[in-house]
Amino acid sequence: MAKAAHTTREPVILMSKRGELLPPWKSWGIRVIGFLLSLVVSGIVIMMVSGLNPAAVFATMLDGAVGTTKRSWVTVRDAMTLLCIAVGLAPAFKMRFWNIGAEGQILVGAIASAACMIYLKNLPTLLLIPVMICASLIAGGIWGFFPGLFKARWNTNETLFTLMMNYIAIQLTSFFVALWENPFGSNSVGVINSQNKQGWLPNLLQEGYNKDFGWNVIIVLTVTLIMYLYMNHSKHGYEISVIGDSENTARYAGIRVNRAYVRTIVFSGAICGLAGFVAVSGASHTISTSTAGGRGFTAIIVAWLAQFNSVVMIVFSFLLVFLQKGAQAIASTYNLSQEVSEMITGIILFFLLGSEFFVNYTVHFRGKKVAK
Amino acid sequence: MASCAIKMENVTKRFGKVVANDHINLELREGEILSLLGENGSGKTTLMNQLSGIYYPDEGQIYVHDKPVTISSPKDAFDNGIGMIHQHFKLVDVFTATENIVLGLDGEGKFDLKAAGEKIRTICEKYGFDIRPEQKIYDMSVSQKQTVEIVKVLFRGADILILDEPTAVLTPQETDKLFDIMRAMKKDGKSLIIITHKLHEVLDVSDRVAVLRKGEYIGDVMTKDANQQSLTDMMVGHSVTLNIDRPMPKDPKPRLELKNLTVYDELGVKRLDDVSFTVMGGEILGVAGVAGSGQKELLESIAGLYPVRSGEIVFHNPQSGKSENLVGKDPLDIKRAGVGMAFVPEDRLGMGLVGSMGMTGNMLLRSYRKGTGLFVDRKQPEKLANSIWKDLEVVTPSTAFPVRRMSGGNVQKVLVGREIAQEPAVLMSAYAVRGLDINTSYTIYNLLTAEKMKGVAVIYVGEDLDVLLELCDRLVVLCGGQVSGVVDARTITKEEVGLLMTQHRKEGA
Amino acid sequence: MTIVQLLTLINSAIAFGTVIMLGAIGEILIEKAGNLNLGIPGIMYLGGIGGMIAAFFYELHGGASPVVGLILSFVCSMLFAALGGLIYAFLTITLRANQNVTGLTLTIFGGGVANFFGASLNTLAGGVGQISVPVTSSAYIAYTPLGYMGTFGKLFFAHGFMAYLAIALAIAMRYFLNRTRTGLNLRAVGENPGTADAAGINVTAYKYLAIIVGAAIAGLGGLFYTMDYIKGTWANDGTIEGLGWLAVALVIFATWKPLNAIWGSYLFGFVYWAYLYIPGLSRRSLELFKMLPYVITLVVLIIVSLRKKRENQPPASLGLSYFREER
Repeated sequence: MAKAAHTTREPVILMSKRGELLPPWKSWGIRVIGFLLSLVVSGIVIMMVSGLNPAAVFATMLDGAVGTTKRSWVTVRDAMTLLCIAVGLAPAFKMRFWNIGAEGQILVGAIASAACMIYLKNLPTLLLIPVMICASLIAGGIWGFFPGLFKARWNTNETLFTLMMNYIAIQLTSFFVALWENPFGSNSVGVINSQNKQGWLPNLLQEGYNKDFGWNVIIVLTVTLIMYLYMNHSKHGYEISVIGDSENTARYAGIRVNRAYVRTIVFSGAICGLAGFVAVSGASHTISTSTAGGRGFTAIIVAWLAQFNSVVMIVFSFLLVFLQKGAQAIASTYNLSQEVSEMITGIILFFLLGSEFFVNYTVHFRGKKVAK
Repeated sequence: MASCAIKMENVTKRFGKVVANDHINLELREGEILSLLGENGSGKTTLMNQLSGIYYPDEGQIYVHDKPVTISSPKDAFDNGIGMIHQHFKLVDVFTATENIVLGLDGEGKFDLKAAGEKIRTICEKYGFDIRPEQKIYDMSVSQKQTVEIVKVLFRGADILILDEPTAVLTPQETDKLFDIMRAMKKDGKSLIIITHKLHEVLDVSDRVAVLRKGEYIGDVMTKDANQQSLTDMMVGHSVTLNIDRPMPKDPKPRLELKNLTVYDELGVKRLDDVSFTVMGGEILGVAGVAGSGQKELLESIAGLYPVRSGEIVFHNPQSGKSENLVGKDPLDIKRAGVGMAFVPEDRLGMGLVGSMGMTGNMLLRSYRKGTGLFVDRKQPEKLANSIWKDLEVVTPSTAFPVRRMSGGNVQKVLVGREIAQEPAVLMSAYAVRGLDINTSYTIYNLLTAEKMKGVAVIYVGEDLDVLLELCDRLVVLCGGQVSGVVDARTITKEEVGLLMTQHRKEGA
Repeated sequence: MTIVQLLTLINSAIAFGTVIMLGAIGEILIEKAGNLNLGIPGIMYLGGIGGMIAAFFYELHGGASPVVGLILSFVCSMLFAALGGLIYAFLTITLRANQNVTGLTLTIFGGGVANFFGASLNTLAGGVGQISVPVTSSAYIAYTPLGYMGTFGKLFFAHGFMAYLAIALAIAMRYFLNRTRTGLNLRAVGENPGTADAAGINVTAYKYLAIIVGAAIAGLGGLFYTMDYIKGTWANDGTIEGLGWLAVALVIFATWKPLNAIWGSYLFGFVYWAYLYIPGLSRRSLELFKMLPYVITLVVLIIVSLRKKRENQPPASLGLSYFREER
C-alpha cells in the first residue's frame, strides 16, 4: 500500500457505545422510527411486486386485522398464543439458553392435550381441563428437560439440540395424527369432540365471536403476570438474571447453576407446552404438524425485542399477529399469496433488530480534518 | 541523533466523557529504549494503541521517522514498521506458533508455512528463543506465548517495538532474559518503548523515561539522571509516603487450616501441590508468587469453587468454637455451615459481580436468599448500596446504573464494600488494587487493615512485592503450585521473597 | 433388498445429501468467520426461488437453450442467496444485532419471499403446481453416458453435475481453510477477532465476504433442490426449510470440517430415505422411523460435547459480535 506523505485518510463514520443509558422515551422513540421506516419499505416492496397503492394496502391490513369484531377476536386469540410462547421462552433466554425448540415443546403439549381430549372424554369438563393443562405442562417440560440436562452437564449446544427436538416432535405429531386419524384415510385428526365439546375451553362471556377465546385471554394474561413477577421479583428470577450475566458469578454466589439450569428450562418448556394446550383446546380443537406453525420461532423474536420483559411482550405479540393478519387480508383481497405476510414480517423485524443498534450506540460523522 | 523514530503531537483520545489522552506530545528517538511510565489508568496503553492502530486519535498528528502518517488500522502500523506486544496476548489458541506469526501477512507467492517456519527458526536462534514453530499455543507457557508475540513483530520486520507491561507475567529470571533480548534488539538498531509501572525495571533497562499521569504528559528524564524517588514523584505528582499503616495483630488464633491441599484443573494438570499453611484471625496473610502459581486455585478452593483432589481445609468457627472441614462443600454449603466467607476475586465482573445490574442488584447477590418467601427483598440491599455509594465515594449516577459501565476503581469499591458488609470471618482478596489509582488503593488497604483489627482472617493475594511487604503480617510464597515458604513480612527482604518465588520451580511445566 | 433397490436408495441419498451438503459448506464458511447463521433455511429458499425465477422467465419468453437457462438460473440463484446473506451480514456485523435472532428472521423472510414469488409464478403459469421449467431443469438433471454403464455407472455417474460440484466445493473449501493465507486469516477471525484485528486483518471485510460467499454457496443447495431434486418445479410445502435446518445440523455433525460434510450428508440422505425400503412399516411407524436423522444428529451432538476434543470444537468466538473500541 503506497503511503502519501500528506494524508487525510480517516474513518468517516465512527461508532461508539453510548456512555449512559438512554431515557426510555428516547430508546422507544428510536424503535418507533425503525418501525415506521420498515412500513415505508414494506409499502415500497408491495408496490413494486403488485403495483398496488400502499395506502390502500395498509388500510386493507387494518381492516383485515381489526376490521370486524370477529377479526379482532381472532387477532387477540392468535396474539395470546404467541404471547404465551414468548413468555415461556423468556426465562430460558434470559439465562442465555438458546431455546429454539419451542416448536417442539408446543407440539408435545398439544399432543398431550389432544390425547386427554380423546382418551379421557368421559371426564367432566371441570376435571378434564385441569388434567389437560397438567399434561401439556408436563409434556413441554419433558421436552425442555433433555436439552437442559445435557447443556448443564456437558455443555452440549442447546441451539442445535432443541432444533433437533423440534423435528422429533414433528414426527411424533405425524405419528399421532396417523393414529388418531378421523375420518380414516384423511390423514388429519379433524375437530376433536365436535359433538360435545369435551375438553374445549368453555365460553367465558355471552355468545358471540369471542365465545371461545375469553378463557385464552385470562389464562395467558395470568401466565404473563406470573412470569413478570417470577422474573423480576422472585429469588429464582434473580438467580436466572445472575446466571445469564455470568455463570461464574452465580457459582460464586452459591447458586447451584446446573440445577437452576435444568429447573428453568423445564419451566420454560412447560409454559411452551401450555401454549400447545391453548392452541388445541382454546383455538383449533384439532392437532396437526402445523399446530405450532412457526410460532415457536416468531416468539423468540417477540421475546428478544421485548428484552424478555413479559409485559412488553404483549405489545410485540399484538404487533406481529396484527401484521400477519393484515398481510393475509392483503393477500386475499388483492389475490396475492399468503406468504406476503412472512415477507413483510421479515422486513419489519429486520428494521426493529437494526434499530437496537441506535439505542445502544452513537454514530458520529467526522468532518475532514486538515493535516498540517 | 536528532531524528525521531516516533513523534506524537497533541494526540488526544476520548472515550465518551473520559479524556484518556489529553494533548500528548511524545518522542521516541532512533535506537533508544524508552520507558513509558505511569500508574494504572494513566493512559499509557491507550496512547500506544493509537500507534498500533487499535484506536484512532480524536486529535493530533503522528510522525514516524519524521514523516507524518495516519495509522487507522494495525496494518498501517505494520506498514510503518511499528509492532506492539500487547499485555493480553493476541494469539489464536488452536493455531501453531507459525500460523499465529504469519497471520494477516500479505506475502508474495505461494502460501508456504514450512518456509515461514524456517525463517522463524532463524529468528529464534538469533535471539535464543525457546519455541518450536509447529507448537500449538494452547500447549505453551506464558513466557513462550510472549516470545511468539515478539517473534511475530520481528518477523514483520518492525524496527519500532512497543511492549505493554511485558514483565507482569514473568519470573525475575525470565524478566532478565527479556531485558537482554531488548538490549540486543536495540543494538540491532531498533527503537523500543516499554510500558511499565515497576520502577526498578525502568531504571534497569531504559535509556530515557517519559511519564504520563491521568491522561496527561508530565515530562521526560534521562534514566541516568533519575532514581526511584524522583520517578515516583513524577508519576504520582507529589511525594507519597509508601508507608502503609500496619498495626500488630491482636490475639491471633488459627481460623483456617489448610492441610496437604492438592488440586488438578480440568485438563488434569496439577495446580496446587500439597499446600499446607494456617491463616490466623486478626492478621493479613499475604500470598506472593509469580502470576499463575496457583493463587487463583488456592482462593477458589477455599471458597468451594474449585474441585479439591485431596487434603483438608479446616475452618475454626470463632463463635461456636467448632471446627469444620470445608472440602467437598460448595459455596452454598459453606454459607449454610455458618462460615462467614468473603471473597474478592481477581476477575471482578466475571466472578464477583453481575455486570448488567446496578449496585443494588449486586448487593442482593449475597443477601437475596434471606427470608423464607418466594420473593426477594430489595430494601435492605438498596440501603447497603446507598451507604457504600456514600462511604466509599463510588462514582456512579445511581444505584441502578450497571456496574459494567463503571470505572475499574469504582467497580472494586462496590465489590469490596459488599464483601466487608457481610461481616465475614475470612476475607480473601485477589489483586484487590489491580487497575486502581493510588488513592483508591490506599482506601482498599485501609479497609483490609480495619477488617484485620476486627479479628477477621484476611488473605491478600498481591503482585506488588513492596505492598505485600508493607501491608501483610505474614507471607505465604507460592511457586508452581507449591508453598515455597511461609515468612514474617516484617523482617524478610524483597530479594529473599523474590528468590522464594522461583524456588522448586519445575522447568517447562 | 435387491441391488436395484439399494442403488435407488443410494442415489436418492446422494441427491438428498447434495442439497444439505451445499447448505452445510456455505454455513461452515460462515461459522468459521464466527457467525452462527440460523438463516440458512431462508437463504436456501432464496437460492431456490432465484434460480426458479430466472429459468421461468427465460422459458416463458421462449428460451430453449438448456445451457443458457442453466447459466441464468445459476447466477440468479447465487445472487438472491448472496443478497440474503448481505442483509444478515449488515445487521449482525455493522449493526451488531444478535446473530440467532437475525438468522431466524432471515429464515422467515426468505421463506416468505420464496413462497410469495413461487405462488406468483404459479399464477402466471396457470394455477397451483403448474410451474415447470423443463428446459433448464434438463441441464441440471443431465448426466454423461457413463451413467448408463451398469451398476457402477449408475452409482457413480448418474447424477446431475451439481452433485459433483458439491463434492468439489467441499474439497476446495477444505483446501481454502487449511492451506491458504486467506483461509488462515478467516479462521483467525472466527477464533479470536481481536487477535485478527491486531494482526492487520480487516475483520469486518472478512466477515462480510465469508457470509456473502457462504450464503451464495448455501443458496445453491436450494437451487439443486428445485432444479434437480424436484425436477424444475416449485413446492410450497416447507421442505426446503426442513432441509436447511438439517444443513445447519450437518455442520455440527461434521465438526466444522468440509470433508466430513460429504459423507455425513450422504449418511443423512441414506437414513432419510431408508424407510422406503424397510418392509412392513405401517404408516405410523414410518413416521417414527423418519425421526432417525434427527436422532442421529442429536447423538453426534452429544458425543462431540462429551469428548471435548480441542480440534472438534466450534470456532471460539462463534455467535459473538466484534466491536473494536469496546473497553
